[in-house]
Amino acid sequence: MAHQNDEKLKPGTWKEMGLTDEEFQKIVDILGREPNFVELGIFSVMWSEHCSYKTSRPVLNLFPTEGEHILQGPGENAGIVDIGDGQAVAFKMESHNHPSAIEPYQGAATGVGGILRDVFTMGARPIAVLNSLRFGSLESARTRYLFGGVVSGISGYGNCIGVPTVGGEVFFAPSYEENPLVNAMCVGLIDHQDIKKGVASGVGNPVMVVGARTGRDGIHGATFASEELSEESADKRPAVQVGDPFMEKLLLEACLEVIKSGCVVGIQDMGAAGLTSSSCEMASRAGTGIEMDLALVPRREKGMTPYELMLSESQERMLVVVKEGTEDTVKEIFTKWDLEAVVVGQVTDDGMLRLTEGEQVVAEMPAQALTDEAPVYQRPYSEPEYLSEARELSLVNVPQPDDNEKVLMDLLAAPNIASKEWVYRQYDHMVGTNTVVRPGSDGSVLRVKGTKKGIALSTDCNARYCYLNPYEGGKIAVAEAARNLVCSGAKPLAITNCLNFGNPEKPGVMWQFRQAVQGMSEACRQLNTPVTGGNVSFYNETRGTAVYPTPTVGMVGLIEDLDKRCTQDFKDAGDIILMVGETKVELGGSEYLSVVHGMEAKGTPPELDLELEQQVQQSVLEAIQKGLVKSAHDCSEGGLAVALAECCISGGIGAEIYSIESIRGDALLFSESQSRIAITTSENNVAELINYLTAAGVPFTRLGTVGGSNLKISLLDAGCATGRPRTVINLPVSEMENRWREAIACLMK
Amino acid sequence: MKFGVVVFPGSNCDADCFHAVQAATNEPVEYIWHKTDNLEGFDCIILPGGFSYGDYLRVGAIARFSPVMDAVINFAKGGGLVLGICNGFQVLLEAGLLPGAMRRNDNLQFICEDTFLKVENNGTPFTALCQENQVLKVPVAHGDGNYYCGEETLKELQQNNQVVFRYSDSTGEVTPKTNPNGSIDSIAGICNKEGNVLGMMPHPERCAEELLGNADGEIMFKSILATWQRRVR
Repeated sequence: MAHQNDEKLKPGTWKEMGLTDEEFQKIVDILGREPNFVELGIFSVMWSEHCSYKTSRPVLNLFPTEGEHILQGPGENAGIVDIGDGQAVAFKMESHNHPSAIEPYQGAATGVGGILRDVFTMGARPIAVLNSLRFGSLESARTRYLFGGVVSGISGYGNCIGVPTVGGEVFFAPSYEENPLVNAMCVGLIDHQDIKKGVASGVGNPVMVVGARTGRDGIHGATFASEELSEESADKRPAVQVGDPFMEKLLLEACLEVIKSGCVVGIQDMGAAGLTSSSCEMASRAGTGIEMDLALVPRREKGMTPYELMLSESQERMLVVVKEGTEDTVKEIFTKWDLEAVVVGQVTDDGMLRLTEGEQVVAEMPAQALTDEAPVYQRPYSEPEYLSEARELSLVNVPQPDDNEKVLMDLLAAPNIASKEWVYRQYDHMVGTNTVVRPGSDGSVLRVKGTKKGIALSTDCNARYCYLNPYEGGKIAVAEAARNLVCSGAKPLAITNCLNFGNPEKPGVMWQFRQAVQGMSEACRQLNTPVTGGNVSFYNETRGTAVYPTPTVGMVGLIEDLDKRCTQDFKDAGDIILMVGETKVELGGSEYLSVVHGMEAKGTPPELDLELEQQVQQSVLEAIQKGLVKSAHDCSEGGLAVALAECCISGGIGAEIYSIESIRGDALLFSESQSRIAITTSENNVAELINYLTAAGVPFTRLGTVGGSNLKISLLDAGCATGRPRTVINLPVSEMENRWREAIACLMK
Repeated sequence: MKFGVVVFPGSNCDADCFHAVQAATNEPVEYIWHKTDNLEGFDCIILPGGFSYGDYLRVGAIARFSPVMDAVINFAKGGGLVLGICNGFQVLLEAGLLPGAMRRNDNLQFICEDTFLKVENNGTPFTALCQENQVLKVPVAHGDGNYYCGEETLKELQQNNQVVFRYSDSTGEVTPKTNPNGSIDSIAGICNKEGNVLGMMPHPERCAEELLGNADGEIMFKSILATWQRRVR
C-alpha cells in the first residue's frame, strides 16, 4: 500500500492546528515517522483540550462516580442511572459556548442536537431537554442579541424534533458579556436490556456511516472550542455547524428502531471531531482497529479531501458497527426513514485507525494513541489575586434600606430572579405529554408512562459564589440542585455537569477549577449523588478576562409515587408556613448586594454545612412522603423574602409572616444562607410536622400563615418579642406578579 | 370504533395523540404510515402536530403530497371523521380540506402556553359533548398559528357556523388580548361545511389526563366516540 506522505509538512503547521512542539514530537515518536497532513489534523483534534481533557482529566478523577444505582458512569456518550422496574435514565450535559458567542442561533441549536444524539446513541428515547444559560447584562444590545438568538436556536431545534425543553436556568452578569455560556442537558428513558455503547467490537463487523451527508461545515470546531475568543473569532464562523432538526428527528427514530432490531454492536454520535473521534474512540474502547475507505462516505459536495471528511463536524450523523450479515436489514430501516446508511469499512484486529481513499492509504495510526495517549498536563495552580479584594466587604458600610418593599420589588424585577416565562414560552415544554411540573418551579417533573414514577430534573450553579469561593460554590451548586429536587418530592440520584472556566494555562483559573471540583466532589459524596459524566469547557475568556467559574450541575431525581409529588405554590388559606434551616447574615455574593447596592460579586459567599444540608433534605423529603407538606420551596437568590413572594405568586394567594429580628433586617429578608426550605402544612398536620422535625433534629422556625391577597412581613424586636411588630413589607401579590412576570419581556422589547 | 394516527416524517405529537385517544376512549388506535394509501377499517383519522418534513417550506406544504393524503381526502369526502391538530390543521389547509392559510405568529415567536377556547359550535362530531359556549383550557405550541382567510371566506365560515373554537379568557370573553397569535377573528379551530373535518391549533391531546394538571381536552375524544356510537346505532 502506498502512503500518501509525499507532501512534507511545513514547519509550524502543527501550531496552526493548536499543537505544541512537544506534542508534535510525541506524535512523531508514536508513529516512528512524521505524520502526514491528514494524520496531523486527526491528532490535533483528538488531542485538543475539548476532546482529550488533557488538563482536566487528573482533576476530574476526584469525582465520586460509583453507586449501586449507577449503571453507566463517565466515559460513554451519556451516564445511566437505574430507576427500578428494569428502567433507567440516560443523561448528559454539554457546552456549546464558543459557537453560540459567534452565531447564537446555530450555536445553541446544534448544542441541543449534539446532546440529544449523546442520549439516543445509548438507545434511550430523549424525554426532556434542559438548559443552563449565562449572558452579560440585558442592558447591552449585544447581550439581547445573543440571548434572543440562543433562545430561538434552542426553541427551533428542540420544538421541531419534539423533545420538550422543561427547565433550566438563565443568569445574567457582566462577566459573561462577550463569552456567553450555553449548556444543554438531555434526559432519556431506556430499558436496561436496550443499553448500547460506543464500542467497535467483533473483528470483521461492518462499520456504517448513517444519517446526514458529510459537508465542509464545522471543520476544526473542537480546536476552536479549545482557545480563547478574540476579535478574529467572528472569522471562524465557518467552524460553527448548521443544524437540521428534521434530519435529527429521522435519525432518532431510525437509530432507536435499528437498536431494537438487534443488529447493532456499537454506536456513537459524530459530535466534536466528527468521523475522527467516533471511529477512534469506538475502536479504542473495544481494543480493536477500524479501517475505512473515505471514498465511500456520502458527501454533500464534490472534491472533499480526506482531511475535510475526517474533520468535518456536519451534524446529524452517526457511526454504527453492526453484526456482519445484517447490513441489509440496517439499510432497510434507514431507507424507511429516508436516510442513508453506507458501509464504509470494518473492524480489524490490529488496533490501527486506517483510512484509505480507494486503494491508497491516506492515514494510519494506532487508535489508542489518539485517545489514551493524549498528553496529560498537571498545570500549575495558585490562588488568584482578585480574591482578597473581591472578598473584602464590611457590612457596616452597607446601609440598611429604608424601603424594603421597593427592594423586594426591585429584586423581583431583576432578570436573575424575574420570571423566565419569556424564555420558556418559546420552548415546547409539553410535547410528549409527560410534563407534570412545568418550567418555573424548583425542579421540573416528568411522569414515566405506565408507572407511578416521576423523574425530577434541575440544573444549578451560582457562579458569583464560585467566583468568590469556588470550593463553597462547587458544593452549593450540587446541594442546591439536590434541594430543588427534594422540594418536588424526589430523591436525588446522580449528576452530570458542565464545567465552564477560563484559560487553564493561567494558574488562577486552574486553582478555581481544582477548588470547584473538590467542593462538588465532597457534596456529591455526602448527598450520594455520583457523577455520571459531563463536559469541561475551558478558554471561556474574552480579551484575557475569564468568565466567573461556572461549574453547572444537572441532576436527576426519582419520585417513586407521583401522588406524593410536591410543588412550590402556596395552596390554601390557613396553611401554616415553616422554614426549615437557619438564616444567617450571609449577604456576600448576593443578588441583593448586586441589585440594591451595586456590589456585584462582593464579599464572602454563604457557607454550606453539608451535614446540615443532608439533614434538611432528608427530613423535608420524608415529611413530603408522609403527606405532611403541601408546598416546598428552596430559598436561594433573593433570600427568604423572594422565596415567599414566589410561593405567593405561583399560588395566587398571600401570606402573613412574623419573624424575630435577631439579625439585621436586610439579612433576615435577603440573605442567601444555604440549607433552607420554606414549607407549608395544613393546620391539622402542623403539630405532627413540628414533632417530626423536632425529632429529626433539624432547625426550623414557624413563619406565619397563608391567606389574603398580600404578602405581609412583620418583624419583632429581638430584645422584646412581646412588643409591637413592625410591618416592613405589605405588597399585593398581583402587583408583585406583574413586576416579576413582565420584567424580562419589557427588557427584550 | 377504530382511530388512526397518521405519521409523517417529522410528526412529533403522533405518540401523544395515540396515548390520549387510548386514555380517553379505551378504543383501538393504530399508527398510519405516510406512505399508506389505504384507510379501510378506520373510523376517525387524526393528523397530529409536529414539523412534517421539517416545515422548512410553508408549513404543511410538503406533507400534503404524501400518498396518505389522497386517501385522507377521499376518506373525508366519504364522510369520515378527520381531526387535524396543530401541524395537522396546517396540512388540512394545504390539502384544501379546510379553507384559509396559516401565517407566522404575529410576535414572530414560537408560543407554548395554556389558552382558553370558547366552544362556538357544539354541533360538530368533535364537540358534541360540550355545553353551548363551554370554555376549555387547552395549550397551544406553535410558531405558525396565525390563521388567515379572505373576507368572503370569513363571512362564509361565520354564516355556516364553521368557526368551532375561538381564543377567549377563562369566562369565554373573546378580546384582542386573549388572541395569542393574531389569528383573524380569534379563530383557534374551524370545520368544513359538512362538519366531519376539524382543524385546530391547540392541542387537546396534551390535556386529556388529570395527572398533567388538566383534562379539558378529553371531552373532544369522548365526543368523537359518542358521535360514532350514535351513527352506528
